[in-house]
Amino acid sequence: MSQVFDIDFSAAHEGRVVGIDLGTTNSLVAFLDLTGPKVIPGADGNNLVPSVVSYTRDGEFVAGSAARQLLIEQPERTVYSVKRLMGRGAGDIQDEVALFPFRIAPGSDSVLKLQLGEKTLTPPEVSAQVLAQLKRNAEAYLGEPVTQAVITVPAYFNDAQRQATKDAGRIAGLEVLRLVNEPTAASLAYGLDKRNNGVVAVYDLGGGTFDISILRLHDGIFEVLATNGDTHLGGDDIDNRLMRIALEDIATEWGEDLTASATAVQKLRREVIKAKEHLSFVPVTRLEFEHNGKAYRREITRELFEGLIQDIVDRTLGPCRQCLADSGLTAAGIDEVVMVGGSTRIPMVRKAVEALFKAKPHTELNPDEVVALGAAVQAGILSGDVQDKLLLDVTPLSLGIETMGGVVSKLIHRNSTIPASASENFTTAVDGQRNVLIHVLQGERELVKDCRSLARFELKDLDPLPAGAARIEVKFLIDANGILSVSARDARTGKEQSVEVKPSYGLTEDQVEAMILESVEKAESDFNERQVREARVEADAILAATEKAKANDAWLDLGDGERQAIDVAVNQLLLVYHAGDHHLILAKIDELNQATMKLAETMMNSAVSSALKGTKI
Amino acid sequence: MTGPKLEGDYFRFFGYDRRLALDPDDLQKRFYELSRKFHPDRFARMPPADQQYALDATSILNDGYRILRDPVARAEYVLKQEGFDVGEQRSKDVPPELLEEVFELNMALEELRGGDASARGALEEAEKKFIAMRDRIDGELAALFLEHDAAPGRETLQRMRGVLNRRRYIRNLVAEVQKELA
Repeated sequence: MSQVFDIDFSAAHEGRVVGIDLGTTNSLVAFLDLTGPKVIPGADGNNLVPSVVSYTRDGEFVAGSAARQLLIEQPERTVYSVKRLMGRGAGDIQDEVALFPFRIAPGSDSVLKLQLGEKTLTPPEVSAQVLAQLKRNAEAYLGEPVTQAVITVPAYFNDAQRQATKDAGRIAGLEVLRLVNEPTAASLAYGLDKRNNGVVAVYDLGGGTFDISILRLHDGIFEVLATNGDTHLGGDDIDNRLMRIALEDIATEWGEDLTASATAVQKLRREVIKAKEHLSFVPVTRLEFEHNGKAYRREITRELFEGLIQDIVDRTLGPCRQCLADSGLTAAGIDEVVMVGGSTRIPMVRKAVEALFKAKPHTELNPDEVVALGAAVQAGILSGDVQDKLLLDVTPLSLGIETMGGVVSKLIHRNSTIPASASENFTTAVDGQRNVLIHVLQGERELVKDCRSLARFELKDLDPLPAGAARIEVKFLIDANGILSVSARDARTGKEQSVEVKPSYGLTEDQVEAMILESVEKAESDFNERQVREARVEADAILAATEKAKANDAWLDLGDGERQAIDVAVNQLLLVYHAGDHHLILAKIDELNQATMKLAETMMNSAVSSALKGTKI
Repeated sequence: MTGPKLEGDYFRFFGYDRRLALDPDDLQKRFYELSRKFHPDRFARMPPADQQYALDATSILNDGYRILRDPVARAEYVLKQEGFDVGEQRSKDVPPELLEEVFELNMALEELRGGDASARGALEEAEKKFIAMRDRIDGELAALFLEHDAAPGRETLQRMRGVLNRRRYIRNLVAEVQKELA
């Protein structure tokens, strides 16, 4: 890899930027060193951190593999696949709630909230716990604070989903320097640009999302020509097919509806996933499941499995064809195909992709890790360590505004290279009108009801004028993260016009700020607690040493006053030991240290003299 | 930081005089060079003002590239700047020389929609014919581009607008036929 990455660390270093793949099923953090991108393992040695979060009975958050265990033990306090809910409203998640055990909290009207035990959390707050775990892993591994990150998102994520991901980063205490699309990141990791200039298709089938991107590589420029996908299609759906069969079998064989027990369902899901993964390597496997003394066994052939998931695989091909068409290419124009995401280990998926693009797909890099590796390369680009590469990405969905009759007027078309902008003039309809409401939508359809509402922007405090006389120039700008901002200017006066944003889904700026504040307070109290614990450990050590010294002859050599001073210091330390202030504990440790100085010296001297005499103490 | 002024036209931003016959490879080269210079990724650790400049400059660069690389959009851009009225609504009137073909096409479309599969052949025929027409128009347009670049004038632009309207009309027909055939 070393010849593939041209890394220059001479640029002034202001702390490392890490790359994070925040996945539906698993998440990873990676960084760039002199030889190329590396994934950072967690304390358990595992590169993959399960995207599972649990809120324990002690009121602590647990994320990662520990939380995955709690999924079975305390399913009602644990949540997984929360990425499926990012940037979505309470009204549009019926399909998810039907298939996943999400517990939606009451009062989830404007902002979706999940119930974890007695705690209610928004999806960005849940994701923030996963990000915080990755941040801790990186800090422990690198031995330095990590405050800046690149986070990957599915290419087909809309504005609200991107904003929610960015919010999650901020709540976790990370400055998100860039959101980068997962397939694009993967292409960076492969370093295909050093081998040749050509056209690459990246097929990314993950746990919950599907993306296809087509890029042109040219001397280190990665130009995305088009992208397409489905943000609710992935390995989870494949698992659900197997789950349905197993649940039906069990209902017949045991006469029992397993879905009544969340714990049993999670245990079964784990076995189903094992069987699915096994089938990528062997033509037949056994699904085995035991619960409450009952056993369920069944053979699953690859043939049966492929029959079950045929339509899921087919559903990925439509977006691939559309992406080709949008690139102005046919399959013959694709030089290389790259496979990303755990689900691309399934032989049937590989066959389908090979048949469509008429090219043997690249599978050299671990499909679970390649996105994180690419995110680390992008982090290197942003920090200035990587100078020879540049990513030019596109917006996956067209952006438009609502016009008369509920029709959407497109302003920025899908597959436009970002940053991209469009300007539109607005005026008033009635005399003296003071504000104008602009409804912004994302999607390819003609009618407002078929597109996704992003936000309503309100132009406020317009000068009162006769109807139609006002001329407000509104600029819509999609930045390099794929996130929209809107600014407005009075074209007559040139004056900046204030715009109030009302997002249709997701959090307002105030809500995010409040969550950041809460998480900072939490981090501070966590930090404080850790310091108290460390001070107590130190206190334990000196108290034990003092106790031991009292049995030494040196204790008797001390004067009464000296012995008394030591006893007082010990008692004072014991008094503050259980108070939650580490400063006090440390101060009393110091006093005890002072009081025992003479004792320690005497002990040292007698140890030395006995050593000289050749005797043991 | 210093850079081009973020006003003025796309041609100037790319370092061209205003001309319509552009070499796509040269345009792409300039686009990549300017991207390397101004992309926000290059300014991630710069002061906010520089980051804002990079964002604004790159959005102009990208918007401009989108217009300039497409000959039709490029021509329409020049026409608009010269005060010509270009827009979708003008493409509704059937150009007189196409009246007969359009009539036949509409018949075939009706038949296919009515369930008569034999109309498919006629539609495929029509598709080929209209694509050939569009290609011919593209040739005309390229010639007009050269004519304009040699001696810019309103009369050439006027003719160009006529050709573009005809092209838009045919493009819509092709799209309609292809939708029906798919």
